[in-house]
Parts: sequence; structure tokens; C-alpha cells
Amino acid sequence: MSATILMWSVTIAHVLLAVAMVCQAIRFIRGPRAQDRVMAFDAFYISSMLLLLTFGIRTGTTLYFEAALVISLIGFVSTVALAKFLMRGEVIE
Amino acid sequence: MTHLAELPAWAQLVASFFILVGAVVTLIGAVGLLTLRDFYDRIHAPTLGSTWGTGGILLASIIIFSTLQSRPVLHEVLIAVFVTVTMPVVLMLLGRAALYRDRTEGVETVPPMEAVSGLAEDAPETDGK
Repeated sequence: MSATILMWSVTIAHVLLAVAMVCQAIRFIRGPRAQDRVMAFDAFYISSMLLLLTFGIRTGTTLYFEAALVISLIGFVSTVALAKFLMRGEVIE
Repeated sequence: MTHLAELPAWAQLVASFFILVGAVVTLIGAVGLLTLRDFYDRIHAPTLGSTWGTGGILLASIIIFSTLQSRPVLHEVLIAVFVTVTMPVVLMLLGRAALYRDRTEGVETVPPMEAVSGLAEDAPETDGK
């Protein structure tokens, strides 16, 4: 019984996170300026990391956890590089 | 999905609560990112997903894997610490970049550099560039 509750809540979490990613993708497309797109990109990274973590809970393997860790690392580095580019016009000075 | 059925009932209920809290809070942040009007309003919305969104799902993951393997599984704390440390850095860099771009373009809604010059001496120069 309660295993069904857990399965359903993982499925609902998949759907909610996918809707959140759709919202962030719409903001990414609509803009209106570059900093809005970079912020939507960063939020998109966080949501995809959470989606991978829920996949890991569903399948019971730690493989998804490592992918989520790598995604959060890459998201941080790329967002910092993009923010630096918006500020200065170049990434490495 | 046999591994989830092996969990005790309290762990399943607590884990499903935390999963749902994390997903709902992340969705609220994403809707705020989509519907708020100004960039400086919208920059607050994604922090929901990176605080309690991440925290809830990581707590559920810790509870499930610790109960399944009968030992504390704490490698999720890595992601939690990393996201908690990096999110303010990202948002401050992004907010300052946006403020700099708005000031150099002469947008009326942001405060000019003279009004805050006593507070922001390390801010980038608006003139002479």
C-alpha cells in the first residue's frame, strides 16, 4: 500500500519537475535579455539535476546520483562563465 | 520496483512527503521565473528550487538509500553542500552583471551609480569604458 504511495509520489514529482523545466525553457526562449536567459539556463540545470535524482530513487541505482553531481558542477561553472562574459565581455582576463 | 516495496512504511511515507515538497517548491519557483515581471524580481524565484527543492529530494534520497542499505548513505550531502555554496555566488555575479548592463545602457528603473557610490566602491565603473 505505502509502496504504491511512494511510487505515485515519485511519478508526480517527475511530472512536476518536467512542467518546471518547461516553464524555464519558455523563459529561456522568450528572454527578453541575455541575463534572463542565463538565469533560466541555471534554473534549468537545477531542475534537470533534481529530475535525475528522482530517477535514481525510482530505479534504486547510484549511477544517476553521479550524473546529478556532474550536472550541478557543470551548471555552476557554465553560469559563472556566462555571468562573467555579460559583465566584462570576456571570460578569462 | 521491488526495492521500494522492501522499505518500512514510515520511511516510504516520509520519503514521499519530502519528494512531493521538493517537486512542488521547484515548480513554484519555475512558475515565478515565468510570470514575474522584472529581472530583479525574477532573480529570486529560482532560489526556491535550489534550497528546499534540492533539500527535499535529497532528504528523501538519503532516507530511502539509508534504509535500504541499513547504513547511513551520506553522499547526497555533497550535492546539498555544493548547491548551497554555489547558488549565492551565481546569483550575485548575475545580478551585478545585469545591474552593470542596465546602468551602461541608461535604464531609468535601476538606481544610478551616484546614488549608491558610498556603498558600492568596488562596483564596476560606469563611465570611461
